Amino acid sequence: MKKAQYNITFGGIGGQGIIKASELLGWAALYEGYPVKKSEVHGMSQRGGSVESHVRFGKGFFSPLLGAGQADFLLCFHADEHERLAEFLKDDGVDLFEWLDKAAAMIDNPKMLNTALMGVLAAYLPIRQPSWDKAFETVFPEKIRQRNIEIFNQARHMAQTAINP
Amino acid sequence: MAGKTSLEKAFLSGNEALARGAWEAGLCVAAAYPGTPSTEILESLATYPELSVQWSVNEKVAFEVAYGAAVGGVRSLFACKHVGLNVAMDPLMTASYAGVEAGFVVVVCDDPGMHSSQNEQDSRWVGVFSKLPVLEPSTPAEAKAFVAEAFGISEKFDTPVIVRMTTRISHSKEDVALGQRKETPPKPLAAKMQKYVMLPKVARMRHEFIEQRLEKLRAYSEKTKLNKTELKDTKLGFITSSVSYCYLKEVFPEASYLKLGFLYPFCDEKIKAFAASVKKVVVVEELDPFLEEHVKALGIRKAHFKHPSFRVGEFNPSLIGDVAAGKERHVEPKPVRPPRLCPGCPHWATFSVLKKLGLYVAGDIGCYTLGALPPTSAMHTCICMGAGVTFHEGLRLAHPEAKIVGVVGDSTFVHSGITGLINAAYNKAKGVIFILDNSTTAMTGGQPHPATGRTIREEPTKQLDLAALCRCCGADNVDVIDPIGHVKALEELVLKRLDEDALSVIITKHPCVLKKK
Ligand code: SF4
Repeated sequence: MKKAQYNITFGGIGGQGIIKASELLGWAALYEGYPVKKSEVHGMSQRGGSVESHVRFGKGFFSPLLGAGQADFLLCFHADEHERLAEFLKDDGVDLFEWLDKAAAMIDNPKMLNTALMGVLAAYLPIRQPSWDKAFETVFPEKIRQRNIEIFNQARHMAQTAINP
Repeated sequence: MAGKTSLEKAFLSGNEALARGAWEAGLCVAAAYPGTPSTEILESLATYPELSVQWSVNEKVAFEVAYGAAVGGVRSLFACKHVGLNVAMDPLMTASYAGVEAGFVVVVCDDPGMHSSQNEQDSRWVGVFSKLPVLEPSTPAEAKAFVAEAFGISEKFDTPVIVRMTTRISHSKEDVALGQRKETPPKPLAAKMQKYVMLPKVARMRHEFIEQRLEKLRAYSEKTKLNKTELKDTKLGFITSSVSYCYLKEVFPEASYLKLGFLYPFCDEKIKAFAASVKKVVVVEELDPFLEEHVKALGIRKAHFKHPSFRVGEFNPSLIGDVAAGKERHVEPKPVRPPRLCPGCPHWATFSVLKKLGLYVAGDIGCYTLGALPPTSAMHTCICMGAGVTFHEGLRLAHPEAKIVGVVGDSTFVHSGITGLINAAYNKAKGVIFILDNSTTAMTGGQPHPATGRTIREEPTKQLDLAALCRCCGADNVDVIDPIGHVKALEELVLKRLDEDALSVIITKHPCVLKKK
């Protein structure tokens, strides 16, 4: 069931950790040995504007940005942004929007929403644990790393169970 | 698989990759002033401890420091955003005449789509104007490779070299292969009056030289592998460069390509030969018709071009089909959430006072430019760095009776507000200038500057005293006030100062809430 390439669109608003999430995925894909590209669209993102990020890994792509109808997965972090971002999704793409509330319910610190949603996404991706672990090491400072890995694994497990009960 | 690649590859942005490439190429000195989308080049270079890396007070200063190092005999680099290059144009134009001892690279990052800029200028023209070669990478991996080429070209042809990036390349990331650093030993200090003292007689000789240099660069452009012909299906061929190449390859993988990496001077013979070898040829480039005008000048009648409506804004994979077909732009970008000042930002308090008093506000470049938007809506001009001070003076000359104030950030004031304040005092201007002092360069992510007393590597250094400086410049009054929790006092102070026949500076001092601790 492994595809030739994986295209993921992330979106939400500044301050939700979207760039961090796409960064984590980029490094994990690289550690897994895939060619990978990532691109972002954000104006002055620290100040609450729309943020959008695209990650693609696998074979046979050139553009760092995805076009309409190219994303295999959509990870939307904010309800207001969902309609705008939905046009990136393929007809048979997977919209993880329904996981937003479930992921939010798992965490006590809203800063970890990105990690929880990444755990959900990870359930669908051909990237193994050691590569995720190394990516966490690269992207997260030591102080908060362990807690994030726990949330990530918990969310991934929950999603795996839901996909293949 | 993972363990092996991780040693040789990293996931780098265009800016990080360019920095890595410069480091590997034996770079010694780098200077810049922060500016989106170029900022991370210097931040990334600062992580290599063997390099001399600095935030300079502005782009002209940064250019001169870095260029001075290249004339001194070590490889050096200056990086800026497009509008920053305007500030450095004075030294750039004559650096072209003087040339270098060791390699000197000028990195300019344009911002098609104006994600975070006040204009959408196309810096490729600077190559023509200054008679300097322009290299244009399409990807982060190319940014890394091209900067190494640029140092070689700089030394081979005795010229500064421009590497032109765009936001999409600077801020995209990909897997990039890493290499080792090659040290380049410094050259001896050269006393070459005929080269570096630009008296008219010397400049005349050097002008002859740079005309000849352009011819040599033109010949180089024909043979360098940076200009790459890919012949596949010859029914359709694209002449393109930068990120447009990536979008086209995605949508037209079977077409033929002339991908220009050594953009200027143009490779005329290669362009003509490519056009002759394909049935239909389309020129695809973001922003100005730079390649377009040259291809037209070459008399290539069968070439097709983008519709003029696409001279505005950024391309993307969804638009590129219409661009290539010569169609008019019809999809407007979907409205996105506008940015706002952060909750708790000290500028809220200051702008609430400006709004309440109904003042006409000459603004400047920084987070506080957002003060122009609702709910504060208290800024009426914003053109360029430092103009909060100088526009205030000009507007008052036009309307001496109006209630006009100027606002400028602390970093922006050091960048180019100081000269404006001296000018105001010297020319007997009156009025009130606010320095919105959040003790950082906030809009670009919080870089230190002279008034913070810290360097790019966060080392302590001499701290510029803004209040003392303003007095030295000739301000009659200098007040320092924390706006948060003192809105009433600030309001009274502004009214008092506006009533006086004096030139006053009010420094509203409170750190940015996002400031790195
Ligand atoms: S980054 Fe700092 S200065 Fe800019 S809006 Fe936020 S708090 Fe204000």
